[in-house]
Amino acid sequence: MSGRRIQLPGLAPLFVAASVAVMGVLVILPLITVFHDALSKGTGAFLAAIREPDAIAAIKLTLIVAAIAVPLNAVFGVAAAWTVTKFDFRGKGVLLTVLDLPFSISPVISGLVWVLLFGAQGWFGEWLTDHDVKIVFALPGLVLATILVTLPFVARELIPLMQDQGSDEEVAAITLGAGGFTTFWRITLPNIKWALLYGVLLCNARAMGEFGAVSVVSGHIRGLTNTLPLHVEVLYNDYDFVGAFAAASILASLGLVTLVLKTVLEWRYSGELSASRRH
Amino acid sequence: MTASASLPDRRAGGAGGLRLRRLRGHSILPGFGVSLGITLAYLGVIVVLPLTALALRPWELGPAGIWRELSDDRVAAALKLSFSLSAYAALLNAPLGLLIAWTLVRYRFPGQRILDALVDLPFALPTAVAGIALTAIYAPNGPMGALAAKVGLKTAYSPLGIFIALVFIGLPFVVRAIQPVLQDLDREVEEAAQTLGANDLQRVAYVVMPALGPAMISGVSLAFARAVGEYGSVVFIAGNMPMKTEIAPLLIVIKLEQYDYAGAAAVGLAMLAISFGALIVINTVQILLARRGRT
Amino acid sequence: MNFRPAADTEASELSLEISGISKAFGRFPALNNVSLQARDREFLALLGPSGSGKTTLLRVLAGLERPDAGEVRFGGEDFLALPVRRRRVGMVFQHYALFRHMTVAQNIAFGLNVRRRSERPSREAVRARVADLLSLVQLEGLEKRFPAQLSGGQRQRVALARALAIEPRMLLLDEPFGALDAQVRRELRHWLRELHDRAGVTTVFVTHDQEEALDLADRVAILKDGELVQLGAPNTLYENPATPFVYDFLGPACRLSGRVEGPRLTVADWETAAPKDAADGPVEVFFRPDEVAFAPADGAGLAAQVRAVAARGPEVRIECLIEGQVLELKAHQSQPPAGVAPGLSVRVKPLRLRVYPA
Repeated sequence: MSGRRIQLPGLAPLFVAASVAVMGVLVILPLITVFHDALSKGTGAFLAAIREPDAIAAIKLTLIVAAIAVPLNAVFGVAAAWTVTKFDFRGKGVLLTVLDLPFSISPVISGLVWVLLFGAQGWFGEWLTDHDVKIVFALPGLVLATILVTLPFVARELIPLMQDQGSDEEVAAITLGAGGFTTFWRITLPNIKWALLYGVLLCNARAMGEFGAVSVVSGHIRGLTNTLPLHVEVLYNDYDFVGAFAAASILASLGLVTLVLKTVLEWRYSGELSASRRH
Repeated sequence: MTASASLPDRRAGGAGGLRLRRLRGHSILPGFGVSLGITLAYLGVIVVLPLTALALRPWELGPAGIWRELSDDRVAAALKLSFSLSAYAALLNAPLGLLIAWTLVRYRFPGQRILDALVDLPFALPTAVAGIALTAIYAPNGPMGALAAKVGLKTAYSPLGIFIALVFIGLPFVVRAIQPVLQDLDREVEEAAQTLGANDLQRVAYVVMPALGPAMISGVSLAFARAVGEYGSVVFIAGNMPMKTEIAPLLIVIKLEQYDYAGAAAVGLAMLAISFGALIVINTVQILLARRGRT
Repeated sequence: MNFRPAADTEASELSLEISGISKAFGRFPALNNVSLQARDREFLALLGPSGSGKTTLLRVLAGLERPDAGEVRFGGEDFLALPVRRRRVGMVFQHYALFRHMTVAQNIAFGLNVRRRSERPSREAVRARVADLLSLVQLEGLEKRFPAQLSGGQRQRVALARALAIEPRMLLLDEPFGALDAQVRRELRHWLRELHDRAGVTTVFVTHDQEEALDLADRVAILKDGELVQLGAPNTLYENPATPFVYDFLGPACRLSGRVEGPRLTVADWETAAPKDAADGPVEVFFRPDEVAFAPADGAGLAAQVRAVAARGPEVRIECLIEGQVLELKAHQSQPPAGVAPGLSVRVKPLRLRVYPA
């Protein structure tokens, strides 16, 4: 059958123009603004802002936080997807709801809860001060907040796909004598690798770009507990607009790279991603 | 080799294993204990424990104290602002998202793939970046802000600015909810309507839109949920004046900085409660619609 | 209840005239210069394998495809000049295409409800009409059900009622029974024919099932690779298939090579009278596996080696080796052929055959 869609021929240009206009004003304009304002005082100022020690420290911190949070969430995502899709048990629905919770709560709340636990007046606050352990206002706090915010990403990509794929191949492997881990490693993992990559990609983008949650647990100590998004805020509040937009442009580039990789994955490996990602 | 030895032993772990077996029914795939353990432990530490702290903390004020906290003018104003603007933004995203989804699915034009990919930009862009960019655009000296000023509209440091930011971040949710449904729409059903004499408008109104209904509701509720909690994209353009342009998440941050943990937790809990309430209502509406034989 | 087409169609002999229709999808020629006619109130079947163009032709009639070349006239009117919604054809799709969020009653009433105000019947009239149609398709009482709550056969009947509601001047059916199981299909087949006879509407019916086409239609058009191969009454087609393709398509066929010389036809070592209008030269000989007679090895007929004999239901299947080919011949259980057992040599004489130039 020809794939021709039924159209409203006369209205097509109108719809396209309107869509481009909406997208242009709403989405493209902000993107352009970031780069435009970053370079508004010339590339020299731009490069200087990026090479500033605080900026470099912020970049490093962002990378470290992501390097810890993303792999942890990836492992968790795989474990959760395995549990939920290969077995039937009571309470699965509850588990899935809890899994989705971080998606539905404000990032500020995702940071607040850690302060409530580990802040000076938190549940464990006293114990922590007594033992001179810093969680909030230090790296561990940033990591925990980031983990909470980005927790569902990998699992949400894997679960629908693994559900679709079923367990037939794994069962066949078991009957042929393979052990549990071998089955997972040689049968399941190759089947989900692109979806896993996709989930890690989204998880990473969110982890590096997270602002609200880390803002709450960070303490905003320049050079120490400021991730790059927080650094953007600090500079902006200091009216250092070029600096702020320069840092922002790095993050925006990250966003664009994520978009490109995401699109590539969707178009080339659509059969191996969950159904909602296929085009 | 006996038959039973070729299948993994289900009774791994002795008595605990027996309980596991009853929990999970029958499956010959191994690893249930390990994977469930990891999952539960992780979720417990990362999600359940912290949220429990959130749920319990306000009660140190006592029920009266909580009520005093929430009915405080400033808090009430912030909650009202966050929820109402989120709702309006999500509702505006419905026609906008429909327009864009329709154009992407039903028409072919150069640059279509790029436009399609860009729909996800608000989702992929770090919120702080969006925040300062939107502020730069809609500030009185920015391109759109100056235009708006000519018509007497204040688009930055005002509720309108917050509204615009919330529309920005909600757009992908609605578009991506509608797109797959529109794509999978059975062409034959539209052709049937045509052969029965419906004109284009009737075809869209009576055949296409009802099919999109559930997807639109889903997309709008996702956009709403995201908007309510949004911080980074909003806090720069808002102006953050108490009682006027202060969003609820910002109020939480302020209370924390004042070491008013219980107050912050109370506001947070209130936000969660109202959000979940709204989502339950929306889900119920969707289920009722679905029961009419759809999908 | 009168379902006759409105008075604008004269009872002309040829109400549907298709001339020279061609349609290509990209480089794929779906239809190539197809011409045929249907008489008023005729039940015409378009029969052919997949890819033959039958569905494309149907969609051209409905207005869902525009042909690259050719004309369609219905009741003298230039049909192609009309947009889909003005043609007043009732179309029944292979997968029903019911409006799943509307009740059965709303589905059926749809074509009436979308009419311009001036042409729209009153609510009472619509309701009465829906009720009449429901009883016509024997689905009374199901007005308020949704399509998801109906069986496949019921959905198909709702689709038919919906198409009939607009008093169409032509009914188009695209493999309407394709998605149903065999028993339901047979029942609906007879029911559809009765409905057609009562309603008196010109009907064009697309199918790939030759049994269905031969059973239902007044005339059958056989299409292959976008071209019309033969058009005629079912019996005519079955008795006088124009090409080997048609012969093979309409029923099980056995094929051998032979030669015609003057009045004689020679197949291997068997000679018989050649069919009347057969031209001289090498030919392909076709016969039906159940139209043969068996004789002992010294009798007349084709030399055959019996390999297996199996009784299956009402048939006896006799597998024979004839001229290097393994052919499965059939006899009826009530008259099992004598002297036929595995390993024996026999003579097989086709009782009827057709020859085509090789």
